[in-house]
Amino acid sequence: MTQLATIRRDPVIRGSRVVRGDRITRTLLLVLLMLFAIVPLLSMFTAALAPQGSNPPGLSWPAHPHWGNFADAWTGANLFALFQSSVLIVLGVVPAAVAMATAAGYGLAQLRVPGGKVIYGVLLAGLTIPYEALITPLYYDIQSVGLLGSRLAVVLPLIGLLMPFGVFWMRAHFVSAETALTEAGQLDGGTTWQIFRRIHLPLAKPAISALTILFFLATWNQYLLPLVLIDDPAKRTVAGGLGAFQGQYGTNTALLCAGSLLIIAPSLLVFLVFQRNFVKALLQGAIR
Amino acid sequence: MSHSRTASGGGHAATRTAPAPSDPAPRDMAPGGPVPERGGSAGRLRARRARNRQWGALLWVAPALLCYAAFVLYPLGQSIQYSFYNWDGIGTATPAGLANWQAIFTQPELLSAITHAVELIVFYTLFPVGAGLAAATLIRELKPGPFSTISRTILFIPQVLPLVAAGVAWTWLYSPDGLVNQILRAFGLGATTRAWLGDFTYALPAVGVIGVWVMLGFCTVLLLSGIGKIDPALYEAASLDGAGRLRQFRAVTLPGLRQELVVCTTFTVVAALASFDVIQVSTQGGPGYQTLVPGVEIYRLTFLDQRIGQASALAVFLTVLVLLVIWPIQRLGRTD
Repeated sequence: MTQLATIRRDPVIRGSRVVRGDRITRTLLLVLLMLFAIVPLLSMFTAALAPQGSNPPGLSWPAHPHWGNFADAWTGANLFALFQSSVLIVLGVVPAAVAMATAAGYGLAQLRVPGGKVIYGVLLAGLTIPYEALITPLYYDIQSVGLLGSRLAVVLPLIGLLMPFGVFWMRAHFVSAETALTEAGQLDGGTTWQIFRRIHLPLAKPAISALTILFFLATWNQYLLPLVLIDDPAKRTVAGGLGAFQGQYGTNTALLCAGSLLIIAPSLLVFLVFQRNFVKALLQGAIR
Repeated sequence: MSHSRTASGGGHAATRTAPAPSDPAPRDMAPGGPVPERGGSAGRLRARRARNRQWGALLWVAPALLCYAAFVLYPLGQSIQYSFYNWDGIGTATPAGLANWQAIFTQPELLSAITHAVELIVFYTLFPVGAGLAAATLIRELKPGPFSTISRTILFIPQVLPLVAAGVAWTWLYSPDGLVNQILRAFGLGATTRAWLGDFTYALPAVGVIGVWVMLGFCTVLLLSGIGKIDPALYEAASLDGAGRLRQFRAVTLPGLRQELVVCTTFTVVAALASFDVIQVSTQGGPGYQTLVPGVEIYRLTFLDQRIGQASALAVFLTVLVLLVIWPIQRLGRTD
């Protein structure tokens, strides 16, 4: 009897030990990966609190944190103007790009667009075209229509550049939507617009909001286009402005780090607020 | 979606009563494939609608397509055209034949830019996808809970920040007093400390590590979510068949993650070949040409050297290079 018990218990004990060991390895591994992701930002944060003009150590909490550095960076980099400019550019790009991508994605997935396959193929090819490959002609085109230096110089091309991904994303969603719904709507005598508006648009909300966040990040974080197409740093996006800021305060580590943290704050905030839905939508959307 | 709304008056009446088309072909074009013969007016009506809708459907696609054509396809065509000319951006362009294209393969500066871009694939793709795969295999499952949410969020953060900020952050980490050297000193490796981004040997790997930082979390999260979707029964069956961990990895994990792997690889390879922000901010291609990549070189050629033709040839070459690398990866994802 006792023999049986030990035999029975033994594997269980070993098993649980293995499982626990496994869990510790897993957790440790995850924590290591998380540290790799977060430590550079922490290092930036402690440096941002060091006295200006000093050589702060890589990572240590300063004895007297200089919170004023953030205020100095805010005024020094003219961040208010940059934020305002970024918001204007985002407002110009994101709603228009989301609307166009949604319409096209719907058309290509649910309607019989003549040459739809070819159109989709051509759009999809755009996913692989690097922005740098277009920046030279874009510069001269924008110059020849007299928009160089204005925010439209960034807004218009960016809408076009975002289309391949946007259409890909929205089409993937609408393809997986029930065509039976469309047919039912048609039988009920709904127009294409009514069927879209009443049936498909409500169902597409998660996909559309994920795309909106992605487009926001792509616009807010955009560096090359504003750098090239807008010569006045105050009219660029914050990311574009950071470059100029870096040239100006390259040696002032504390101020540069403080400014950089202020600049990444909105991206971080938007991500943290929406992360639950965002990561889920992204993981589902990427694998369709 | 109210089903009671069977007949709507007004503008639709005309469509309804209009004679049905004599050609039955459009009926087969209705969404969802051929429509079964119904005889009644509903079938004809639908056929009629379907045909009407065809050209109207273009309106849905037109805005996106026009924007894309104007700001992507047209400039791309211009790039191709410019690549056969010498032009300083102001004066008149003179035909250059294939000179700009030849230069890509013969001028050391241009050639090094392309070599560096390919080398960066090791850092942007190989490391993150490899390490992400290893991590995902070991972690296997993330039990839903606060820790899983927090870890997923933190791992994702580098991906959502502006690349410019990544460049600034790592410029600071790599500086003589930065964290990287501080850690090395702490481990008694003070002799290996250096200004990493200014070092002729280590500048490119150092820039590459920034790419690892940006991509690793993204790949890990994506692969983890993929591995969670693999049916555990497959692992049980494999282990009952006597398959060890390595066999299980090869027979179950890898095939199960094919889609995720294709997405990760495609995304990171494009980012590697088309890198610009991080390098422009951290090294601007230096020291010397040690970290020069096509993106930075196109920028330099256009806006510093005013060699538009050469910049365009490199731009078109870069596009072709991306396509050539992506093509086989995409095909791998499709075969089934």
